[in-house]
Amino acid sequence: MATWKKLSLLLSIIPLLLLLAYGFKTNPREVPSPLVGRPAPPFALTMFDGNSNSLEQLRGKPVVLNFWASWCFPACYEEAPHLEAAWQTYRDQGLMVIGVDIQDRDADAKAFIERFKLSFPNGPDPQGKITIDYGVYGVPETFFIRKDGTIHYKHVGALNEKVLKAKIEEML
Amino acid sequence: MIATLGRFSVWLALALAVYGICVSVLGIRRHRPALIESAEGAVFSIFGLSTFAVLLMEAGLVGHDFSLEYVARNASLDTPLFYTIIALWGALEGSILLWIWLLALMGTLVVMIERKRQRELMPYVTTVLLCISAFFLFLAAFPASPFTTISPVPPDGRGPNPLLQNHPLMAVHPPGLYAGYVGWSIPYAFGMAALMTGRLGETWIRTVRRWSLAAWGFLTIGIIVGGRWSYEVLGWGGYWAWDPVENASLLPWLTGTAFLHTIMIQERRKMLKFWNVALVIITFALTIFGTFLTRSGILSSVHAFSDSAVGPLFLIFIGLTLFVSFSLLVYRSDKLQAESELDSLVSRESAFLVNNLLLLGFAFAVLLGTLFPLLSEAVRGVKVSVGEPFFNTVNVPIGLGLLFLMAIGPLIAWRHASLESLRRTFAGPLYLAVVGTGMCWFFGVRGLYPLLAFALSLFTAVTVFQEFIRGVRARRRNTGEGYLTALSRLTSRGRRRYGGLIVHLGVAFLVIGITASSVFKLEQEVTLKPGESLQLGRYQVRFDELSAWQEPHRFVVQGNFTIFNANQKVAEMRPAKRFYPAEQQPIGTVDVRSTMREDLYLVLSSFAKDGTSATVKALVRPLVMWIWVGGWVMILGSLIAIWPDRRRVAVTEAAGEYAVWQPGRS
Repeated sequence: MATWKKLSLLLSIIPLLLLLAYGFKTNPREVPSPLVGRPAPPFALTMFDGNSNSLEQLRGKPVVLNFWASWCFPACYEEAPHLEAAWQTYRDQGLMVIGVDIQDRDADAKAFIERFKLSFPNGPDPQGKITIDYGVYGVPETFFIRKDGTIHYKHVGALNEKVLKAKIEEML
Repeated sequence: MIATLGRFSVWLALALAVYGICVSVLGIRRHRPALIESAEGAVFSIFGLSTFAVLLMEAGLVGHDFSLEYVARNASLDTPLFYTIIALWGALEGSILLWIWLLALMGTLVVMIERKRQRELMPYVTTVLLCISAFFLFLAAFPASPFTTISPVPPDGRGPNPLLQNHPLMAVHPPGLYAGYVGWSIPYAFGMAALMTGRLGETWIRTVRRWSLAAWGFLTIGIIVGGRWSYEVLGWGGYWAWDPVENASLLPWLTGTAFLHTIMIQERRKMLKFWNVALVIITFALTIFGTFLTRSGILSSVHAFSDSAVGPLFLIFIGLTLFVSFSLLVYRSDKLQAESELDSLVSRESAFLVNNLLLLGFAFAVLLGTLFPLLSEAVRGVKVSVGEPFFNTVNVPIGLGLLFLMAIGPLIAWRHASLESLRRTFAGPLYLAVVGTGMCWFFGVRGLYPLLAFALSLFTAVTVFQEFIRGVRARRRNTGEGYLTALSRLTSRGRRRYGGLIVHLGVAFLVIGITASSVFKLEQEVTLKPGESLQLGRYQVRFDELSAWQEPHRFVVQGNFTIFNANQKVAEMRPAKRFYPAEQQPIGTVDVRSTMREDLYLVLSSFAKDGTSATVKALVRPLVMWIWVGGWVMILGSLIAIWPDRRRVAVTEAAGEYAVWQPGRS
């Protein structure tokens, strides 16, 4: 076998290893949503307090649509206080925060709302319809919907203060 | 107590592995048999220690010793005993322990069986196996110790992942795969030993045939049972999703299949020596790659159960394996020249060569599809996902080509096949396959791929039957035996050949099942009120009511359905949803009514909490059962081919064209 053949056989291993090593730096769960930039799917939601909300009614307001569940520990527990804080800060500027509780028991969900003293509207999605329309992989996921009803940004995993603030201010 | 003993035995085993490597290298260099024997002793002791460690772990699990972190995470007071026992492979640390044990078991078997027969190779084989053991023992000793303790001791554990405690097949799928993965270490070790000693003749090839077949058989069990588990547990109605980890188990299976075929060419014709060593290295590296993918979390997969620190270590191990092995290979490349050449394009050798190209092409396509998201992100910064369409588009034609070769390969002659012999062998099967395919067409099968798949599977099946019938007839003519006696003697006198043919028959069944169930499936998802029904194919599915109850470790909501076929009640089916306290999502339990003709598959998608409605997904998938049947036929065939022969001399004579192969004599 020619020396160059031998060498190239051995050297061909390197790019493969580099590629795999690169994999450690990435997060495979971050999948781009095809919905970003498109009109948000319409939804209608009956809240735990009996009121109802729909995207139609909210046209003209930026909306933070957060998918959560009481069993989603720890991520949903981490972001809940930030969501409440953002709601308190920006509600006067027209921001709407809506929580969609998925695949949950009512009692557990209400205990979760009570625990974090969530005052923004929250409602269950019993048939999973909204969840499916928005292509939610898992909780928590959060959609930032612009005033004109198009999706500005999708966040997978727990939100932190920084992202929340930045994205809301981009939409206001 | 358990933790201390467990950690101690893992460390001691690691120390013994390192000791064994040192003494066997020393023994080889100084030609000191005593040192080599000592290294073999190390292999046995590692087996003893790892058995002890596994038993300790089981004692911890069954005895609910929640001071062990692994037990606290993977067992709970409510978990049934069966699932507590199999929680050993429910997570990373336990799986590594199982892996170590399997490797130690196989290492012990190899040393016991082969040390007398392969005096030159065995010291090297032992060294290589000890190196692999040392790596896994290192993982178990440090980054992924199964015997880590926690304090304060929790009163109860979290219990295993519900997906893993929902189906008895979980007792078979992971161990089958691991045994398949681990099993390939042995042919690899022999390949390395052949490279190191320079004894690159046919000796190592003959020795590893059985070990490779065993590894291949275990891998087959693992893959098929995994598909069945996915079908019966995950509730999407499918058995294969081209998920990265599934692909990772298919990769060594494909290259291993290629290896099993080309070693026959090397035995017969002393060709493809370089290629065989390369294949065994690639196959082994792919088994490690499979584990790496499962455990590193670098790709998104249903199997990425844990992200952990072992990923980089695995990568280093893969890198080292590839570099060392391929360096040795190129170092020895001058000794790996073929001693003969292809005589004719129409011959078994060339069929095997094309089969190899296709298998490797298949494997490459799967590897590329699996790693493409990573490649795309690394090179272009764009996240993509590669799914079923890619894999099906690329692999279905390759698969059909393989199927064709599988049908003709075993029946055409070595070196050169004459037109007359081709006609004699294939006229009948071809005729029947055409008639069969015509009937498929008549009954509404359309499309090139499905028709081709049916035609080629039929063709394969007919050729296999024809071989058996001809063999039995010939025996009866010569000996006057009864049909069954003739059949069993025929098979046992040519185990390799007839075992192989039976494996091919299994593959034909498998392909028929896969084709029919994916091309002709019916699917409907409907929300029903009690008393309402849906119609799907021949079946009327009536929703009767919901029932719900609390079990010790979970809460169950069940939909009760009655199935009618032409107004005749045929079954009651009860798909359910199970809610586990520690888990995020309810786990669906599918109800499947399987017949040889078709499966009716019900999933309870959702339900109204007051019981007034239920959404049910119903699927009819024809011939799914043939996939599992095909799997078992493949296993049966490989068992026949592995089975040791008692009358060696007699076999050598009777096996005719395999007379070259003489087990144990080399």
